[in-house]
Amino acid sequence: MRQLNRLLAAGRTDQNKVLNFTFNGKDYQGVAGDTLASALLANGIDVVGRSFKYARPRGIFGHGPEEPNAIMQIGSGASTIPNLKATQVELYEGLEAASVNGWPSVNFDIMGLIGAFGRLMPPGFYYKTFMYPKKLWMTYEHFIRKAAGLGSSPVESDPDSYEKLNQHCDVLVVGAGPAGLVAAREAARTGARVIIADEQSEFGGSLLASTQLIDGLSATQWVADITKELGAFSNVQRLPRSTVFGYYDHNFLAILERRTDHLGISAPSGPRQCMHRVRAAQVVLATGAFERPLVFAHNDIPGVMLASSVSTYVNRYGVAPGNRLVLAVTNDNAYQTAIDWYHTGRTVVAVVDSRTAPNGVLVEQVRALGIQILEGHGLIEAVGSKRVRKALVAPINEAGSEVTGSVQSLVCDLIASSGGWSAAIHLSSHTGAKPVWDASVVSFRPGESKQQERSAGACKGTFGVLDGLIEGANAGAEAAKLAGFGEGQVQFPTPLIDQIIEQPQQALFLVPHSKTTSRAPSQFVDFQLDVSAAGIELAVLEGFESVEHVKRYTALGFGTDQGKLGNINGMAILAKALGQGIAETGTTIFRPSYTPTTFGAIAGRDINHLFDPERYTAMHRWHVDSGAEFENVGQWKRPWYFPQVNETMQQAVDREGLAVRNSVGILDATTLGKIDIQGPDAAEFITRMYTNSYLKLAPGKCRYGVMLKEDGMIFDDGVCACLSENHYLMFTTTGGAAGVLSWLELWQQTEWPELQVYFTSVTDHWATATVTGPNARKVIAKVCQDIDLASESFGFMDWREGTVSGVAARVFRISFTGELSYEVNVPAHYGRYIWEQLIEAGAEFNITPYGTETMHVLRAEKGFIIVGQDTDGSMTPADMNMDWVVGKNKAFSFIGKRSLERSDSVRENRKQLVGLKTLDPSAVLPEGAQVVNDPNQPIPMSMQGHVTSSYYSASLGHSIALAVIKGGLSRMGDTIHCPAADGSSIAAEIVSSVFYDPTGARQND
Amino acid sequence: MLLIYCPNCLEYREEEEFSYGGEAHIARPLNPETLSDAQWADYLFFRTNPRGIHHEMWYHATGCRRYFNATRNTVTYEILETYQVGTQPQITGTEA
Repeated sequence: MRQLNRLLAAGRTDQNKVLNFTFNGKDYQGVAGDTLASALLANGIDVVGRSFKYARPRGIFGHGPEEPNAIMQIGSGASTIPNLKATQVELYEGLEAASVNGWPSVNFDIMGLIGAFGRLMPPGFYYKTFMYPKKLWMTYEHFIRKAAGLGSSPVESDPDSYEKLNQHCDVLVVGAGPAGLVAAREAARTGARVIIADEQSEFGGSLLASTQLIDGLSATQWVADITKELGAFSNVQRLPRSTVFGYYDHNFLAILERRTDHLGISAPSGPRQCMHRVRAAQVVLATGAFERPLVFAHNDIPGVMLASSVSTYVNRYGVAPGNRLVLAVTNDNAYQTAIDWYHTGRTVVAVVDSRTAPNGVLVEQVRALGIQILEGHGLIEAVGSKRVRKALVAPINEAGSEVTGSVQSLVCDLIASSGGWSAAIHLSSHTGAKPVWDASVVSFRPGESKQQERSAGACKGTFGVLDGLIEGANAGAEAAKLAGFGEGQVQFPTPLIDQIIEQPQQALFLVPHSKTTSRAPSQFVDFQLDVSAAGIELAVLEGFESVEHVKRYTALGFGTDQGKLGNINGMAILAKALGQGIAETGTTIFRPSYTPTTFGAIAGRDINHLFDPERYTAMHRWHVDSGAEFENVGQWKRPWYFPQVNETMQQAVDREGLAVRNSVGILDATTLGKIDIQGPDAAEFITRMYTNSYLKLAPGKCRYGVMLKEDGMIFDDGVCACLSENHYLMFTTTGGAAGVLSWLELWQQTEWPELQVYFTSVTDHWATATVTGPNARKVIAKVCQDIDLASESFGFMDWREGTVSGVAARVFRISFTGELSYEVNVPAHYGRYIWEQLIEAGAEFNITPYGTETMHVLRAEKGFIIVGQDTDGSMTPADMNMDWVVGKNKAFSFIGKRSLERSDSVRENRKQLVGLKTLDPSAVLPEGAQVVNDPNQPIPMSMQGHVTSSYYSASLGHSIALAVIKGGLSRMGDTIHCPAADGSSIAAEIVSSVFYDPTGARQND
Repeated sequence: MLLIYCPNCLEYREEEEFSYGGEAHIARPLNPETLSDAQWADYLFFRTNPRGIHHEMWYHATGCRRYFNATRNTVTYEILETYQVGTQPQITGTEA
């Protein structure tokens, strides 16, 4: 395939290295150093996508992150990336690219039909049209997405790896254009640790496309020299292909380094991308500027580009994207594009300047080349469909507000425009600095610094290269000094470069048309989302005034280019429509990310098994070997149930539960939180935290307690044991352990520092095996000889120290099953040994390991609550029918006590914990089911409460459920209903929450 | 990502080591039972939520496990000082 737009002058590319690539399934060739965009232009590809709303054909418009049209899906399969800008994708051999917006193909006009009805799609169209009926939104959205094209994510997991790197530096320089390079050099020579990052493949920024001489060298040679100079400093880290995409609090910045994306779709070795998380003492922002296109009718036809982009393709990539150029300008600066184009040997038809009598240096150079300059003219409309064919130009008045003469037609195939430059203030804006409009440069400037940063060069509104170099050097020296290095004086001589004196530019954004804006052909402001000047005016007519509202209503700047191209034009058109200045209108806030960032880089290595720590008990391997299914409880892996061959979960749970009720079972209870509490005020402190009192709890005794938050709502529960005088062991729920410890520390440290009490988490120090069931005592008796196990001497809620299978152990008679239970605690590294000893000792009683599911069923049979399942942060002890656990006469007003008397806590009709027994004994209520009195009541029904726990109980032979129901404790015997989404309903009787052994005879045995 | 100086560890550490503890200097009433519901609710639920200077508790959860106080500007997120529980801030007022 011939690259008909490839020039002989190669720029920064290597024309000897040919690279093959495909675009929308067709084969093309580019050269090394190309971006995908320059390669497409070299091949004369005009249409690269379709617009979002009207499906208009669109071509490459820019040359960097401002590109709104050339949005590509790169690669296929597991490594594919959607929504990359062709201007930022470096070409490599075998690259596959496809337009994301252009279903079913960019050259076929299925949505063009809609485009024909463009006037029927005003701003807010989607809000106005597709909102109702609501349930159809999904259908609409699917169609809109497919037609608009938002790219597609890979469905397989990513084969590449990504890194995260935490870094500190003294001076971070963002951008390696002229200002950034000299800033880094000045900072580097002071000895400060410097990082300089630039999003492009090589350092140099705008100089890579410059024809100016610096220090007598070509700009690119000067860049190469200073880049090498920086590399010689051991205290400098150079990061090309690295986008600083976010500036966060306290000088924390995030950099996405693309390490291998230029080599292929998948990393040949090592990580594909690296996220640098940098804490910088000082920051120099040298992020440059974006050229602003002029807004005119049909300015979106392929072949319309930014002036600086045309120059960049010519000078840097050796590509001339057309033959006959018409250049529309409001300033001297863009005349360079006419000069650059002239030297390609192709035709400059005319320069259309909105100003009268321009006579700057560049203007005169262009005039000397014999190029026609139409002064006081505007380029009011582009003509063409899939490529520009003509430009309509007309004289305009001095204010640039209306056409004053007859329209003239210029035959051309390329229109370049420049409405001046907009400083890239994004990163300073991330810090909260409020941008300031500066009419003298027709741009926003960064606002007053909120952090340790300063801007230099074009991103500060200083658009001349020489001024930028001076500013950059000063910024680098200043930043280093404030970071503690050097004296703040610039060391290196200012590079020698011709300063080009420019005449004032005109602040023109929207070029007037012979027709009014609302009647003229679409004048696009935001190409990605098809926002036109008329749309912004209409939004104002409909009453929108705030820039933030207009932005949301019209979707201005909502595309993946985030308005880098169109936002300022949009603000200016809005300001004019509101009859006020741009300064009063203001700009929208820029937020991270500056450009889109891959999820892979954000996640780094924190995926799969490294996503969250997993905690295992000492017995874990035994559970795995025994075929346990596991459940996540917090970070713990707990056995859920132990299925035997061909057993379903229900069958396993039935078997395990019956074994506990009829003989003996064993549970790994290691994960329960354990906090060791010591100190002379320990008992007092614990008594303030729990609802009941521990002041008289003697060594060897345990007590169950409930902990409230100060609002009176249950927060955690568990048993607390007195180990010896001034020494306690507090058990917490598995999931609540960390929170309870922080809670204790909070109160001790901030409210009662006078109490002498100390807390240590000992959860991981101990392994716990719970032996429970009528045969539990016989099992323990076989392995423990030094504890008198007789009920009279070692009763329920006692604990004893002793030896189990030769290991020093603490044995607690605590029961969560309602059966005779011994919780054997041993130092964690004996866990597996003790577990196996108990299994062996229990063999003759067919001791059965059981998991959390059976534990839940057994406790529900007893009506024991699980905090967080039967409670939800809005339940008091009274709501749980647990008034007995509240010490009404405690001297100290324990945490939460006062709140139990609040009017809302004592009101009638609070939801209360009850049992539910389904009328059909085999029907198991869904947990979370809503409870109503009358299932035939029209929707919305009167809700009475909900089911919190529900199981089939094998030992009782019917299903059981716990529920919280309004006034439930006084509704015993009532029948309620639980309607399901499918229209069915299950009826149940309200009963006591204690289904099994209500007197507690079995656990007290 | 704030950088926070722990007055107990005596060094700057990353925000992820800390957790936020809410407004500081709110003493628990000594005799809650003597308070009206409104007074108790004021202690329990109502916070100043200022724009500007805010005195707040932080907890060095994965460090020394000590609570401390910080004076922070809620607009700029600048942390103007950190100080021990039980001591008073040097910087007061509403604006930074």
